[in-house]
Amino acid sequence: MAETIEELVSQEYKYGFTTDIESDTIPVGLSEDVVRIISAKKNEPEWLTEWRLKAFRVWKTMEEPRWPNLKYAKIDYQSISYYSSPKQAKKLNSLDEVDPILLDTYARLGISLTEQKRLTGVAVDAVFDSVSVATTFKETLKEKGIIFCSFSDAVHEHPELVKKYLGSVVPYADNYFAALNSAVFSDGSFCFIPKGVRCPMELSTYFRINASNTGQFERTLIIAEDNAYVSYLEGCTAPMRDENQLHAAVVELVALDYAEIKYSTVQNWYAGDKDGKGGIYNFVTKRGKCQGVKSKIAWTQVETGSAITWKYPSVILQGDDSIGEFYSVAVVNNRQDADTGTKMHHIGKNTRSTIISKGISAGRGNNTYRGLVSIGKNATNSRNYTQCDSMLIGNKCSANTFPYIEVKNSTSSVEHEASTSKIGEDQIFYCKQRGINTENAVSMIINGFAKEVFKNLPMEFAVEAQKLLGISLEGSVG
Amino acid sequence: MIEIKNLHASVNGKQILKGINLSIKAGEVHAIMGPNGSGKSTLAQVLSGHPAYEVTEGTVTFEGQDILDMEPEKRAHAGVFLAFQYPVEIPGVSNSYFLKAGLNEIRKSRGQEELDSMQFLKLLKEKMKVVEMDHSFINRPVNEGFSGGEKKRNEILQMAVLEPKLAILDETDSGLDIDALKIVSAGVNKLKSPTNATIVVTHYQRLLNYIVPDFVHVLVNGRIVKSGGKELAMELEANGYDFIKEEMLQSA
Ligand SMILES: Nc1ncnc2c1ncn2[C@@H]1O[C@H](COP(=O)(O)OP(=O)(O)O)[C@@H](O)[C@H]1O
Ligand SMILES: [Mg+2]
Repeated sequence: MAETIEELVSQEYKYGFTTDIESDTIPVGLSEDVVRIISAKKNEPEWLTEWRLKAFRVWKTMEEPRWPNLKYAKIDYQSISYYSSPKQAKKLNSLDEVDPILLDTYARLGISLTEQKRLTGVAVDAVFDSVSVATTFKETLKEKGIIFCSFSDAVHEHPELVKKYLGSVVPYADNYFAALNSAVFSDGSFCFIPKGVRCPMELSTYFRINASNTGQFERTLIIAEDNAYVSYLEGCTAPMRDENQLHAAVVELVALDYAEIKYSTVQNWYAGDKDGKGGIYNFVTKRGKCQGVKSKIAWTQVETGSAITWKYPSVILQGDDSIGEFYSVAVVNNRQDADTGTKMHHIGKNTRSTIISKGISAGRGNNTYRGLVSIGKNATNSRNYTQCDSMLIGNKCSANTFPYIEVKNSTSSVEHEASTSKIGEDQIFYCKQRGINTENAVSMIINGFAKEVFKNLPMEFAVEAQKLLGISLEGSVG
Repeated sequence: MIEIKNLHASVNGKQILKGINLSIKAGEVHAIMGPNGSGKSTLAQVLSGHPAYEVTEGTVTFEGQDILDMEPEKRAHAGVFLAFQYPVEIPGVSNSYFLKAGLNEIRKSRGQEELDSMQFLKLLKEKMKVVEMDHSFINRPVNEGFSGGEKKRNEILQMAVLEPKLAILDETDSGLDIDALKIVSAGVNKLKSPTNATIVVTHYQRLLNYIVPDFVHVLVNGRIVKSGGKELAMELEANGYDFIKEEMLQSA
């Protein structure tokens, strides 16, 4: 059986190809001048350049966090290029003007940017290296007053909205990686759902890192006004490269009264080879603010890629009766390290949060759940339910759980459940005895384990995520 | 149907089976009885290919084919079924999904067409009737939260769906109350045919009142020490296993 394990583990990362396209990349290094160059290339207003510079100055005084349970070589921030964009005609008026090489790249990733071919019901914004290259269904959405465009376009077309909300959930000085992102962010998606509008289709951004020695620092901002609803999907891949690449994104969500935002991620950045060479360093700050009463924010994530993951999608439950949810499946195999979890800050009264975390460790992977539930003095009658389950495959991997809980009033309650199981020889044997081979048995057991999370994903995404889970774990059981 | 010759097996370096010889023909029901720890479950697991058990000597031929080198799923495809003494739980995987996957793999291996969801559901419901199982079990996760008796009944349901040539029932009676025992036995009897065979592993004679064996074998300390007809089971019930042990000592 060992032979098949080896074969399966060595299966290639299917999205590891590179695209040969001429790009405009600035030299490596980071300084105030570089920040100014980025801002100038994007033709940004003065206030935004200043905001970036403030962030950069704060970042210089900060230290990279060392508390996560992660091991990686020191990052040399001066050896990274902070801006790369595929060269194309300056202003695109329609998708037909997008470089066919880029369209082809996305087609190979299974993403069609040609609207008529696109699955009905999903609008896509494609971000290639630092820049948004195409946004589909813009017009359809516009009719409803929905704005879905690249961050750069939003800066020019809706400056008042960007100015109002940028940094309102994740301030530029929030943490080391958020400050870095605020200084050098290149592009990302912007999404605004006006009062009373239910977004009629899934909105989706697909991130692709292509250029080497380049970091990707995208910024996403989603605002749902009173009674608005949106479901947003994020997918990502990167070529296989021997050196590590840095990805430090910031995502901010704002939900006003009675608004609901569902944010789903299937993260499949290149994870490095089986010896841990290469792969993406993923340091992401994702935070949502339930600003209005009875608002709701739900994060669902399926994390299978990246060499290093540092990510804690959080919800600030400010409005009374607001709801925060976090559903996560994190898989590590080979030499991957993940330190991920969530924070739920209960501020308003009667606020509710649910955390379901499923960690799967295989190979020599190391998986850490880190969560904080804080219930403030005024957050009376608030509730949290946390369930953290870990599954170990083989005996060279590890799983850790660090749940932090702070409750500052007596009418609230938190409930925490945790379990660790080992995918057993007996479970696999049972499946095999019924005629199911090892590979299918593992995939079945793992998908059963992660089911509570998958059922929160939109249908097509759930199917993709299940397949992905099967692929990233293939061969990890003997 | 199955020919077991001089079978020796060990687990974690400990010798458990010490030369089992057994021959079973189509249409027959064989009971294997014996005290706790004598190796009954080990025999069942070895026949179905559990990787923890190492065969150190001997052969097992199933329908003319040497099966000891075959993966467990290949044996299942060939028609070997084990009703587990301790059925395994698979959280989050529904009973019907699991069983459909198994059945379709077996059908595929035989060049039969796979059943779609509708066809499978129809079959499953028919078979559930045989073991009088409630439809609520269709969508419940495999064995999770089932009572001991429900797990055993679920094993027989799986057997009914998969229609094996050789069914090995390992202590299927334990955990069943008398009504459930009757239902499960009736189910097993209904599935019996001239072309399949059954090995009933049990500790107590009770089950054999309902599933009447053609042969009874007594397994002690890794060896079959006595074989006979169904009366042997009665004798054991009346006198306990000690009388066999004494008999062995005297003859030694
Ligand atoms: N996986 C195992 N590891 C160690 N010892 C085992 C294992 N399985 C069975 N044994 C031992 O083998 C002997 C026979 O067990 P078993 O076949 O389960 O007996 P029975 O089913 O007849 O009660 C017992 O002494 C038991 O403790
Ligand atoms: Mg036993």
